[in-house]
Amino acid sequence: MSLKRVVITGRGAVSPFGLGVADLLDGVWNGRSGIQLMPDWQRIQGLQCHMAGPVPPFDAKPLLSRTLRRTMGPMAIYATLAAKEAVSDSGLEPDFLASGKVGVAIGSTTGSPLIYEALYRQFLPEESVEQVRSGMFFKIMGHCCAANVCLALGITGEQWAPTSACTSSAQALGLGYMLIRSGRQDAVLCGGADEVHPTVTMVFDVIKAASRSHDLPLTTPRPFDLYRDGVVCGEGGGILVLESLDSALRRKTNIYCEILGFGHVNDSKSIAVPHEGSMARTMYNALAEAGLNGDDIDYVNAHATGTVSGDIAEAVAINSIFGKDVPVSSYKGHLGHTLGAAGALETIVLLEMLNRQEVVPTLNLERPDPACSGINLVHSVDKLSLNMVLKNSFALGGVNTAMMLQRWTA
Amino acid sequence: MISDEQVYQQVTQIMAEEFELEPESLQPDATLYEDLGLDSLDAVDMVVALEKAFGMKMTDEEAVRSVRTLADLFDLVCRLKNRQVTKE
Repeated sequence: MSLKRVVITGRGAVSPFGLGVADLLDGVWNGRSGIQLMPDWQRIQGLQCHMAGPVPPFDAKPLLSRTLRRTMGPMAIYATLAAKEAVSDSGLEPDFLASGKVGVAIGSTTGSPLIYEALYRQFLPEESVEQVRSGMFFKIMGHCCAANVCLALGITGEQWAPTSACTSSAQALGLGYMLIRSGRQDAVLCGGADEVHPTVTMVFDVIKAASRSHDLPLTTPRPFDLYRDGVVCGEGGGILVLESLDSALRRKTNIYCEILGFGHVNDSKSIAVPHEGSMARTMYNALAEAGLNGDDIDYVNAHATGTVSGDIAEAVAINSIFGKDVPVSSYKGHLGHTLGAAGALETIVLLEMLNRQEVVPTLNLERPDPACSGINLVHSVDKLSLNMVLKNSFALGGVNTAMMLQRWTA
Repeated sequence: MISDEQVYQQVTQIMAEEFELEPESLQPDATLYEDLGLDSLDAVDMVVALEKAFGMKMTDEEAVRSVRTLADLFDLVCRLKNRQVTKE
């Protein structure tokens, strides 16, 4: 069986910069930070990080019908709005969406933490479920984003929902790539979403991996910087339309890039500590699947979240595969760590870099950590010939992914 | 004690808010499923909202299932409220 070529034909985003891809790109290219103080979080005993990158407030009522919203928490709303934008961008018609040839792979860390909180606030005081509404479960189930997107768009193909925290949408992209490559689906809406919530930030806070730079929230997180002090969580939803090249050409739609390889390896050494050997292995696998060498790559978009150990491990891993010349940057300084949305949102920005032939530097990186000096850290928006680029995404739990993309030139 | 007229007004308000319905669509002869567009999940939420608002239980599932129109719903809620008052 011959394998299908896979391309990306649509983009949709909800991010700390607002609704839509245009706002996301505007924020990143203008070097803005989506991070802000969360003063209300000071009430929570023991929580030491009171910063996040929330999506600016908006009214979903005019955007989605009541019957759709009743089963959606914030993350499913983000995913659905992003999916609608991606479908529109790609020009996917309703008949195609309902043909069974289009599927979804959309993940998140968990179901909606905001709705979990609401449920347990009702349940615990009297151990009562009498006020629980019918939509509750659909907001907190692990596949809340995937299921709600399918319902909203009338999608009848395969429904997948990878849940692997910070690699949820990266895994979704890899899964969509495999589904199309194997011929099971002609197109797959791939991505993920997550929400800002104190119990999410808590995950990083308890393992001393969350930033505490409250005096200067717009300057944290600081990936690769000597004075970085950890993650700041963001939220949003990112969706990409992956499609077989045959289908995209048949539909005469715009093509952003081709996916040439996907590396995906597990690190069984520690459930929490980043491992440079596993990171290097996943990058190598992505390159090998594409039939490329490190020398062929023009840019690496790092996962780099701004933790002390994670950034060093990734810098060492990148150096071991690509040497010290390939330009590298991370978007976490702009967006914070949008967790389950990160892989997809950051790929959207990366596609724009391919389109504009420009590299964007890591926001808040002023004094590179000497321990990260083995790589070529970008410091300004520069014109650059970008053809082959690699996107890293890693997660607690030992998940390591890398996606190899090639700019599409018709 | 709450009057039937007050029940009527309160039920109308709950239905409008809960299901984002235009007040003018909430006529007594409007059917819940066809005219107002509710479905089985909405019916569950309707019962929860009414139970909370009127401090009563709507445990007779057969009676709830037999509700077709808003007028039927008003009648059912009034009946349950009056029964509650009688018990008290």
